[in-house]
Amino acid sequence: MNTTPVTKRGQTMSYSVHEGVLELALNRAPCNEIGSLSLEDLESFSAALQELEPQLHAVIIHSERKAGFCAGADLRELYDRSQAMEKKAAIRGVRDFLERIHRVLNTIDASALTTIAAVQGVTFGGGLELALACDLIIADKTARFAFPELRLGLIPGFGGIPRLKRDVGNAVVRDLLLTGRSFNVTKAQQIGLASQVVGEGEALRAARATAAQVGKFDRQTSAAAKQFIKPIPNDELKKEIDIFCELFERPAVQAGLKKFVESTNAQPYLP
Amino acid sequence: MPTTEKTLDEILTLAAIHFKVPREKLSPDDDFFKALGIDSLQTLDLLTKLENHFHVELPDYELQGVSDFRTLADKIQARL
Repeated sequence: MNTTPVTKRGQTMSYSVHEGVLELALNRAPCNEIGSLSLEDLESFSAALQELEPQLHAVIIHSERKAGFCAGADLRELYDRSQAMEKKAAIRGVRDFLERIHRVLNTIDASALTTIAAVQGVTFGGGLELALACDLIIADKTARFAFPELRLGLIPGFGGIPRLKRDVGNAVVRDLLLTGRSFNVTKAQQIGLASQVVGEGEALRAARATAAQVGKFDRQTSAAAKQFIKPIPNDELKKEIDIFCELFERPAVQAGLKKFVESTNAQPYLP
Repeated sequence: MPTTEKTLDEILTLAAIHFKVPREKLSPDDDFFKALGIDSLQTLDLLTKLENHFHVELPDYELQGVSDFRTLADKIQARL
């Protein structure tokens, strides 16, 4: 049993090691929106994951925000930054951001460790993409999932479509993607997205119990099983970045982002 | 199948308990955003609670523009 005291606190999240499990705790108000600071913290976590891997058997990613696991990309930052620069520079910036976050999520996805997302509340867009990079999703009863990107004239850009397609049927992918609707844990378990559904506030406890269970097995065998059953869709992931950047160039996207950031409507954003 | 009035009553009771608002202060035609004082994230929470309680699936686009408990009850009733 490993008890290496590793703890690092970033501006938007922190990570620590407990008994062979690397735990990443997301904590940025209001709901862990992923912007440039989060990306830096995720890159730090990714480096630690690779460095510490030989000492560990599992990874848990969870949120300390009651509102949810993660509401996705920080659209306010995306809009503000794209407004502050020339169009070509903005597109280069978006591509650079996507390539960096793809590297992080690919590292999590391909890790030899067993990776678990413990989710609650809003798990939308980039948040769902982060969860999909993990081997298991354990969700509490408040969890809600969605890919709302089409509402803005975009597609998911953090690897969501290839990874969702890897895990569930294509008809389900089309439903979620083309309607932008959100769905609850019952549906998530029915379609095979969530492997466990637990009571409100119990996702992290269940994830820790699961991590302890996987720690009983030989690591090399677990890693071989994972590599066999969970191929990384590299070509589609690269294609997704290209499509996202092509779509991002269109004026409709800027209009959609503007409408989103300026909206004061209490209802979830809908076009 | 429960009547619309029963569905409405269950929605009001569930919302009152979950958002800690006295039940008697909620009326069917209230704007639930104002009556419950909820934001967009809490609205999603309410949607999940309603789906779990009534065992229905409510696509959020069907609730676009819905802001009062009575219309919400009609939408749920249509899926029971």
